[in-house]
Formats: sequence, structure tokens, C-alpha cells
Amino acid sequence: MDFIQTIKISLRALRTNKMRSFLTMLGIIIGIAAVIAMMAVGSGASYVISQQIASIGSNIILVIPGATTSSGLRTGGGAHTLTSDDAKAIMSECPSVSMASGTVRSSGQAVYGNLNWSTLIMGGTPELFEIREWPVISGRSISQQDVDSASKVCILGLTVVENLFGSADPVGKVIRIKKIPFTVIGVLERKGQSPQGTDQDDTVFVPLRTAQRSLARENHTNNIAAILVQAKSEKLLTDAEEEINSLLKQRHRITGSKESDFTTRNLSEILAVAEKSAQAMSLLLGAVASISLIVGGIGIMNIMLVSVTERTREIGIRMAIGARKNDILMQFMTEAVILTLIGGLLGIAIGSVGATIVSKILSWPTLISIQSISVAFFFSGAIGIFFGLYPAKKAAALNPIDALRYE
Amino acid sequence: MSAVISINNIRRVFVMGEQQFEALKGVSFDVNKGEFVAIMGASGSGKSTCMNIIGCLDPPTSGQYFLDGLDVGSMNGDQLADIRNKKLGFVFQGFNLLARTAAVENVELPLIYAGINSKERRSRAMAVLEEVGLKGKEFNHSSQLSGGQQQRVAIARALVNNPSLLLADEPTGNLDSSTTEEIMNLFTALNHAGITIIMVTHEHDVASFATRQITFRDGYIISDNKSSNKERKA
Repeated sequence: MDFIQTIKISLRALRTNKMRSFLTMLGIIIGIAAVIAMMAVGSGASYVISQQIASIGSNIILVIPGATTSSGLRTGGGAHTLTSDDAKAIMSECPSVSMASGTVRSSGQAVYGNLNWSTLIMGGTPELFEIREWPVISGRSISQQDVDSASKVCILGLTVVENLFGSADPVGKVIRIKKIPFTVIGVLERKGQSPQGTDQDDTVFVPLRTAQRSLARENHTNNIAAILVQAKSEKLLTDAEEEINSLLKQRHRITGSKESDFTTRNLSEILAVAEKSAQAMSLLLGAVASISLIVGGIGIMNIMLVSVTERTREIGIRMAIGARKNDILMQFMTEAVILTLIGGLLGIAIGSVGATIVSKILSWPTLISIQSISVAFFFSGAIGIFFGLYPAKKAAALNPIDALRYE
Repeated sequence: MSAVISINNIRRVFVMGEQQFEALKGVSFDVNKGEFVAIMGASGSGKSTCMNIIGCLDPPTSGQYFLDGLDVGSMNGDQLADIRNKKLGFVFQGFNLLARTAAVENVELPLIYAGINSKERRSRAMAVLEEVGLKGKEFNHSSQLSGGQQQRVAIARALVNNPSLLLADEPTGNLDSSTTEEIMNLFTALNHAGITIIMVTHEHDVASFATRQITFRDGYIISDNKSSNKERKA
């Protein structure tokens, strides 16, 4: 018997019991819809995290003052143990490091005309923008000369531009930060949210030395708040971290059991952990959803068993006029697989719509990938085969005479 | 004349738990091409068991059965299914048509399992339905046909694959006497056209349409009479 004929016979049988077929399918529909929606929500979260990782820049190590103890990070407001020279030394002496930039940060009011905006003010060297892969979209970035001469120039994040200038071009204008006039030399590309949820575009960057001399609260003019280091490659991250540690210990004369006065943190590592936990989360959601899928599959098996019993006589007739065991097996398998595949398609549709609604209402990003759709589709087919096999085998194993006599 | 069926010392023992029941205790007979055989006997005489064995629905416990010269006893399930499909046509007491299915589709069913394409299936099914006198009823469902018409559909289904042998198990058991006569006349006409028929019945009236009556009792054949053409009712 050819396959098309088998499908026709199966479809006819399913049409005969429309309501029952639909209710049977419902288990699969709900299961697949749940899996699709959960996978969409989960991979949406992973997507956001990986975007944030990309926004930080790659292969980054953060060196901050203060020591970690067993109870965690111990930082004091007055921990001023890192200097610009440390940053320069890291860049020149650590072979696994490609770039390093000392940074200082403070907050303050930026004023333009009668508008003012409270924002984060960061001092950095030209390398900072390369490490963070953060180019300017107009004007120019901070140059080494700006740093060396501590010139009063600044580049703005887009949030600052929007709040102080609206749609006007800020390049060449003068803003005042802590009453000191700064010339705007460039505007940075939009960066979006940081993994911690802060707006990275709400920042004014000034040359490091300018920040140290003019904006620092205290008179530690060579101190820096953190050093941002980029390793040459992902593989060299650990090497770079070790090199930095031994270099800084040497520079800070820390020997033996003496506590370090600085801490290195591998940012990509932290974010990789965050991404992993997001993946674990979506896996867990998927696992919960697949339980409903299995329940749906058992529903299919149940109804197929009922159907085999109900149609014992039909099976007998078919066998008497020449149906082979395999023909009967295929007929019932096809019925089960058609049920689950149609259920799967409907589930994919409903799950996708549901995910879209969730992302619209809760403004939670969702990502429906071709991958998850095809996985769901084939999985629903596999459920049909798995849960249809037993009833179909039962049908095919019937004795023709007994089946014919069945009332 | 060549033997369509050759049965030699067939026994059939049913085992039900500890109990054994011998339904056929060594039965032998041949049926030649073109014969119209009625198998008779009271219930429990073994006639239905014999019919099931002839129909390749049930294997004999021992003995030999040749159908068209083929040793049926040595065949597996799929080979038997093919024999049922290509060499045998079944007509049952309860018609056994598929519900909610048009007459023509019921008739096409054996051709589906024979792997014949849809165009040829339809034309052959239509032709056989016309042969059994159901022209115009091809697309009626079983529920829209009378008992006699349903049995004609079943006969058409049995004939559509040009079998060597038509097997009828109490074909008139569910029919009134005038319809019975109609169906028996159809059988007689088919027999005249050269089709070999074996029919189980317990009605002497019905059996008298056949050219040969084999009577079973307690698992044995007790009589085997060939009637001359003159004696036939038709």
C-alpha cells in the first residue's frame, strides 16, 4: 500500500471523530506551545546577556583597588592604591595584555546654557574606548595628547547629548562640569544598558589627567579608580590575570602572606556565569514544559488504544481482504503521527503568538528561532511515533478471525 | 478439471487452558475449478473452522492445504495476507463493509492493498459494481443501502481482484427470503460465468443452489453429494 493512501485513510479516520481528534491533539498543542514560549523567553534572556557582554568589550580584566577577603570584596572609599603608572606598567610589561587604561569616575552636573544634567563623569585614556569597542559617531575621540596636556575637552554619551542639546550637534560647544568649562569634541555611539542595568550612555568622558587634576575630590592626583585591561585573546585571559597580579604585587611590594591591596576581576567570566544561569533557567523552563508534552503523548496513546479496540472489526475486515500486518501498523502509526504533527504545528503557532504577546506586554525580549521551531516540530512527530507504536503494534498483532468476530 | 483447493487430512485443535477441543478431526476434499460448493452442518460441526482454514484466516494444526497448487501451510503472515488479497474473495454474513464509506471505496479496498493506482482502482470498482447490479449506487454509504444491496457491495469487493475462489460465510443469514433468492441467483450467475464458490450455510434451500453439498458433523465430513445440473433450482 502506498504512503499517500495510508495518509488518506488516516485522515478519514481522524475526520470521523473530529471532536475526539481535537481533544487528543490539545495535549500536544499545549505542550508544544509551552515549550516554544519558554524557549523563546529563555533564549531572549540569553540574547540580552550576550548583547551586554558584547557591549562591555571582549577579554576584559578589571583591576580595582582594595583586597578580597574570604567574605568577599572589601573596598573602602579611601582605597587609593592604584596609580596611572600601574596602568602604564601593565600595558608595557605584561606580554598577554594588549591594552590597559586607568580610569577615574565621579558624578557631577553637566551644564549647557540653562540646562543641566546630573551624570557620571569618567576619566580615561584613548585605550579605554578601544578596549570597550566604543567609537565616536561624530567629532573625534580623546587623544593621547589630550591626556598628556590635561586639556579641558570631553566626549559625551548619547543620553547626555539628548538631555543637554536635544537634537542639536554638540561638537564644538562648551559645557561646564563642576564650574569648569569643557569643549565637546565628540559624541559616542549608543551603547545601551550595562549588565548591571545602568545606562552606559549617561556618561561624560574626559582625559584621565584632566579628571585627576580638575575633578577629583581629593588631592591624590595620580590615583585612579580602576584599570581596565584587555588581554590579547580569550585564551590569554588567565595568563594576563596572573601577570597583572604578580606585576602589581611587585610594584606595591606585597610579599608572602601580606594581603593584596588590589583585586582583579575577569569580566567575561562573570558574564559567562550569568549567561550560563540564564541558559540553565531556560532549560529548566523547557523541562517543565516538556512534562506537559509527555502528558499529551500519553493522551495520544490512550485514545489510540481506544480507537484500536473500537475499530477491531474494521481491522479484521482489512486483514481479511489482504492488509498485511505492516499495513495495519502503518495506518495507526500514521494516525498518531498526523495527530501530533498537526498538534505540533498549532502549538508552534500558539506558542509564537504567546511569546510575542508576553514580550509586548512585559517588554521582556523573546527570541523564536528556526531551530526551536524545527526541534518542536520533529519532537512532536517523535512523540507520535513513540506513543503511537504500542497501540499500532497491538492493532497489527490482532488475529484476523478474532478481529472479524469482535462485537 | 484442475483442483482449486486440495485439502488432505486437515485437523484443527483449539487449546483453551487445560482443555483441548478438536474442531476438525481429519478432513480431506478437493474443489475443482468452476464448482459451487455448499458446506453444511449444525453449529459446532466444524464447518466454520474449515471455512476459516480455507480462507487462510486460521492455520490448520496438521494436514496439508493446497490453494491453486500453492502449499498454504508453509506460508507466513504476510504471504497469507497476499493470498487473501489476490486469490480469495470473502463475503460475510454481516456484510462487513466499512461504515461511513462509499460503496465504491469499499470495493476499492482490496485493490489498495494490492498496490493498484487510484485511476485503475476506480474504474475496476465501478465495473464490478455494475456487474452485481449496483449501477447508480456507487457513492452511497452503507447506511444508505438495503441489506441485499450491502451484500452486493460485499460481493463486488470480493470479486474486484479477480480471485480464484469466492468464499461466502452464511451470506444470506441476515437477509429475508426474497433478497436471499436474489443473492443466490447472483451467485449462480457468477458461477456460470466461471467463478468457483464455496459457501457455508445451514439452510437447505440455500444449499440447493450449489452444485455440490458437503455436510459436516462433529469434525468429520459425513456426506459429499454432487447434484446434477437438472436438480439445481436455478
